[in-house]
Amino acid sequence: MRAMIRLAWVACAVTGATGCSNVEPWVKPYERQHFADIIMSAERDPVSGSYLNHVFEAREGARGASGSHGGGCGCN
Amino acid sequence: MNLPQRLVWATAALVMAGAVQAAVLPDDRADVLYHRYEGGGVTVDGPSLLLRKKFAEKYSVSANYYVDMVSSASIDVMTTASPYTEERTQGSLALDTLHGKTQYSLSYTLSDESDYTANTASLDVSHDLFGDLTTVSFGFSQGWDEVRKNGDNEFEETVDRRNYRFSLQQILTPQLMTGLNYEVITDEGFLNNPYRSVRYLDDSSARGFSFEPEVYPSTRTSNAIALNARYYLPYRAAIHGEYRFYTDTWGIDANTASIGYTHPWGKRWIFEAGYRWYDQSSADFYSDLFPRANAQNFLARDKELSTFTSQMFSLGATYELPSLGWDRILRSTVNLYYDHIQFRYDDFRDITAGGAPGTEELYGFDANVFRLFVSGWF
Repeated sequence: MRAMIRLAWVACAVTGATGCSNVEPWVKPYERQHFADIIMSAERDPVSGSYLNHVFEAREGARGASGSHGGGCGCN
Repeated sequence: MNLPQRLVWATAALVMAGAVQAAVLPDDRADVLYHRYEGGGVTVDGPSLLLRKKFAEKYSVSANYYVDMVSSASIDVMTTASPYTEERTQGSLALDTLHGKTQYSLSYTLSDESDYTANTASLDVSHDLFGDLTTVSFGFSQGWDEVRKNGDNEFEETVDRRNYRFSLQQILTPQLMTGLNYEVITDEGFLNNPYRSVRYLDDSSARGFSFEPEVYPSTRTSNAIALNARYYLPYRAAIHGEYRFYTDTWGIDANTASIGYTHPWGKRWIFEAGYRWYDQSSADFYSDLFPRANAQNFLARDKELSTFTSQMFSLGATYELPSLGWDRILRSTVNLYYDHIQFRYDDFRDITAGGAPGTEELYGFDANVFRLFVSGWF
């Protein structure tokens, strides 16, 4: 329940922020060509990234917030 | 088998569906991957297949089929059981849809093996703000698991899982992109491994210790927050880094830090190198050796719940294949990644090494991880 309340707070903050849609983008669209380069992609190969995260989560106590996700196996 | 492994699949299909990149549906692609893990007496290998396709201009559907073939003679198995083999298969379906600057993603995943079945449904929403410099995402997953025990037809337990996710991606400069991920995970049900045991001092045993089944709490809540950054260098190359802090109600605190470097070579090659550090404290109810039988309400001797550190060294190469002359294939790549991981445990002892109880050598092992895959965009 506490988690849901926290998430609701974050949602409210972001909802409020969307009201500021007149913020001038300080990085213009024509300045963003580097982000279209494949080497700037954090999740270039999703299957590969998911698998590696699975390796971590199967052998570590920590979990979540990794931005990429793995999977399970009988790894005891 | 442990529960965190199931949890990560709760959102795996979402990432495959490109849920974290709002306002643009993911590219149509197909991947065929072979994975292999070797370390600590365990070998896990198998395929993973992904197919993703857009239709009607604002929908994208993806399907993933994944197999783990496990052969285990791990230290846990060698001390309290017999080596075994098993297979886990998993199927995922995901649907993305785009409405203006908002992307909605739905997915369903079914994972099945002889003694565990996991069902997971997920919903994620992403929205672009501030001239598309900012992407905000929320996600929720619900999981329903069934835990069984081979050789005991009477044994049947359940687990209820919920994930709450929030992420923020921010372009700060023409070269720098940063991100924040926050995730809360709650579990309720049978959270321990029905096969694993803890050991305790026992003068009546010739070895000086005996084993009894582990007992975990029936609930667990974890919080994890991660910050990451990716920077385009003055020449065509990129560096990236990430830090994650983790804490949970079982008393585990963990730190993860990683850095990486990506360097293209010519028109067809991309090389990568990386390093990752991980450390964690033990769960409150973990002990390598309890003073007596039933020493406390909760008992664990799972090395994943002990105090340990790991380091990973990574290398990778991608080669873009020359045009195959097929109109439908826009481009294709062959990829090979290798990771070497060193696990060093601070309070988990190798009882196969011999010695008086509680004085055996501390355990540690190295693992090698391979990923070989072919990707095609169409």
